Amino acid sequence: MDALILSRLQFAITTVYHFLFVPVTLGLSIFVALLETWYINSGSYEERIKLKKLVKFFGTIFLINFAMGVVTGIVQEFHFGMNWSEYARFMGDIFGAPLALEALTAFFLESTFIGLWIFGWDKLSEKLHCLCIWIVAFGSNLSAFWILVANSFMQHPVGYAIEGGRAVMTDFGELVTNPYVFGEYSHAFFAGITTGGFLVIVVSAWKIATDEVSREIFVRTLRRAVLYTLVGVLGVMGSGHMHAQYLAEGNPMKLASFEALWETENPAPFAVVADINQEARRNNFEILIPNMFSFMVHNSFDGEVKGINDLQREAVEKYGSGYYIPNDVRGMFWSFRAMVGAGGALLFIVFVTGCLVFFCRDKIKEHLCCLKLMPLLLPIPFIANSAGWYIAEAGRQPWIVVGLQKTAVAVSPNLSAGEVWITLIGFTAIYLFLAVLAVFAAVMFIHRTQITEEE
Amino acid sequence: MDLNIVWFILIMVLFTGFFILEGFDYGVGMMMFGRPKNERSQFVRAIGPVWDGNEVWMITAGGATFAAFPHVYATMFSTFYIALFLMLLALIMRGVAFELRGKFQYSDWTNFWDFGIMFGSFVPALLWGVAVVNLLRGLPIDYQMHYIGTFLDLLSPCALLGGIFFMLLFAFHGANFLLIKIADKKLLHELQQKSVCLGISSLIAFALFAGFAFADTDILAKLSTVIFLGLTVAALIASCAGAASGCGCKAFISSTLAIALLTIGFFTALFPRIMVSSISPDLSLNIYNAASTPHTLTLMTIAAAIFVPIVLIYQAWTYRIFKERVTPADIHYH
Repeated sequence: MDALILSRLQFAITTVYHFLFVPVTLGLSIFVALLETWYINSGSYEERIKLKKLVKFFGTIFLINFAMGVVTGIVQEFHFGMNWSEYARFMGDIFGAPLALEALTAFFLESTFIGLWIFGWDKLSEKLHCLCIWIVAFGSNLSAFWILVANSFMQHPVGYAIEGGRAVMTDFGELVTNPYVFGEYSHAFFAGITTGGFLVIVVSAWKIATDEVSREIFVRTLRRAVLYTLVGVLGVMGSGHMHAQYLAEGNPMKLASFEALWETENPAPFAVVADINQEARRNNFEILIPNMFSFMVHNSFDGEVKGINDLQREAVEKYGSGYYIPNDVRGMFWSFRAMVGAGGALLFIVFVTGCLVFFCRDKIKEHLCCLKLMPLLLPIPFIANSAGWYIAEAGRQPWIVVGLQKTAVAVSPNLSAGEVWITLIGFTAIYLFLAVLAVFAAVMFIHRTQITEEE
Repeated sequence: MDLNIVWFILIMVLFTGFFILEGFDYGVGMMMFGRPKNERSQFVRAIGPVWDGNEVWMITAGGATFAAFPHVYATMFSTFYIALFLMLLALIMRGVAFELRGKFQYSDWTNFWDFGIMFGSFVPALLWGVAVVNLLRGLPIDYQMHYIGTFLDLLSPCALLGGIFFMLLFAFHGANFLLIKIADKKLLHELQQKSVCLGISSLIAFALFAGFAFADTDILAKLSTVIFLGLTVAALIASCAGAASGCGCKAFISSTLAIALLTIGFFTALFPRIMVSSISPDLSLNIYNAASTPHTLTLMTIAAAIFVPIVLIYQAWTYRIFKERVTPADIHYH
């Protein structure tokens, strides 16, 4: 394996790992902020004590996750220069700006105010303290916006010109109003709500099932988290659907690839399963729902959807000879089904849990064994998040910036395979090691902490 | 003054902020070496509320370099590939350690993470010193702005001396920070002695480094650099005197000044270059051939003019909130 493929592997591993924590930060920060707002606005003394403990409880889980997200994020920022120097040269005029703005407007906010929040319980007024966590939540979600502005340019370049062999920014306004940003950001934002909310559901369910002392109080967070996650799941589905429709014009090759539609069809069927033969550029076997793909794209059972082979021909006309099909159509196809399946499963689980806590509250005690099994479901949103990013980034190949620069020429030319092996193994090892310790610390904390009415 | 010069100054400001603020964070981490657990906990508590915000100065310096001088970002980060990898490992350990060290009361658990904080403080301090010296000496950068040396070429004796100098300087600065943050009188007295020792050691290391720099680089050819570096020495001496006389405030303000003057001195030595090519002066990356377009620079100037002052205001406010000294009782707080 050469430095290019190793660098790609390293970026994939470190980004996916980073994005295990990011959605939790995005969603849980807002949830903790809501919880604290609820706390400072509640009337009775006993109620306040309980809610404050809940804020600190979920705050602690948030902080462990936040720390993991922050340290793995620095790796990502350095990567663009370390492994992808030719990308940084070609794209710096455009890509550097959102990255610098992210640090300047978002990282400073979240990192400064998180310190105030952690250590400021006795030093700030209640309202000011609550404002701190809202600022952290705002900063985190703003940072997601900036990095997705940068990513959207790679998927769908706008507001640029090519001068002196590099891409230069001509219109910053176009960059931030890129229609691609809207789909990506709303999808990621709601994915964050879903992931953070689902984590609260799972933790609350586990505490209700296993911790008799704290049972009553975690019913409250379970109820809130069910509603919160429901908003997230519905949002993620709506924004995902809109974004996929937009892809028909924004990046049709990606759309056709994750649906494994090789030939242009009108009306186009939806393949539920397919045995994909990438070399022959067709599916050996497929189970189809007629007209369904057209309906998903055009909201009507008729309508043309372009196939991979036609898009390849168009790309050859536009960019010269070459292979412009993402090289893992099979992986994209199944990732998409995993993502959508996970989303559907989440909706079902949240709905059932909601029925239990809202309509059969008295019977919760009879269903403790179900709640006890909830932690087994925790991977679902994380699988959906990772699969979603796999589709987004594998679907961009062979380009690093669609239509402008290929991944193969973007890698740092001075790196040897040996050097990248060292870092690849090093990052993977420390990431695995820290994941074990961080999860262990979080689980032990959740297990041991009891929330009672006493002070 | 054109935008390229403005951005050279802004990058200098960001690195100055980074070296001052993370300088004492790294220093406090280094000062934990060999101390008992309850003292280490007080040290961690002293920087606990602020270290994360301080680290963003480095991230912003990196991001701003990317935006304003993309070629510098590309060449520098790919040149220092293995060094940055080691630094990232160190920073990852440190960041997670701050969060996890207090999660269990077992001393093995805390000791392990405190080792992570120390490792995560020594290594970046050393590597930044090595990196700065390499930037000043020049690196084999070819006509395509690519580094053509190896990792071991970066570890020349002069560079390692620079690394040791940075470690001592940051440790000194961190000790001075603790002088204004720790309440325990007995501990303060010990820290005061440590600080004086570290101050004198950094002065010696700086003198050796200046000798090397005189023989090995052209940085002392500029009068402005010589003046800034001379003032650095004066500030370091004032800082030592402050520590010796038991005035933590004076010691800390002077070491802050010393780091600022040193950084400014290095940047004036480089100007208008940012990365010096040892192959030919024509191949050096400078504020013009490595820069973004005026359009991007204008945009970033506006953003920096608005947000840097805002950041300074709320970070200063944070320091005000946490201005009290840390007592041994505070460590059970978090």
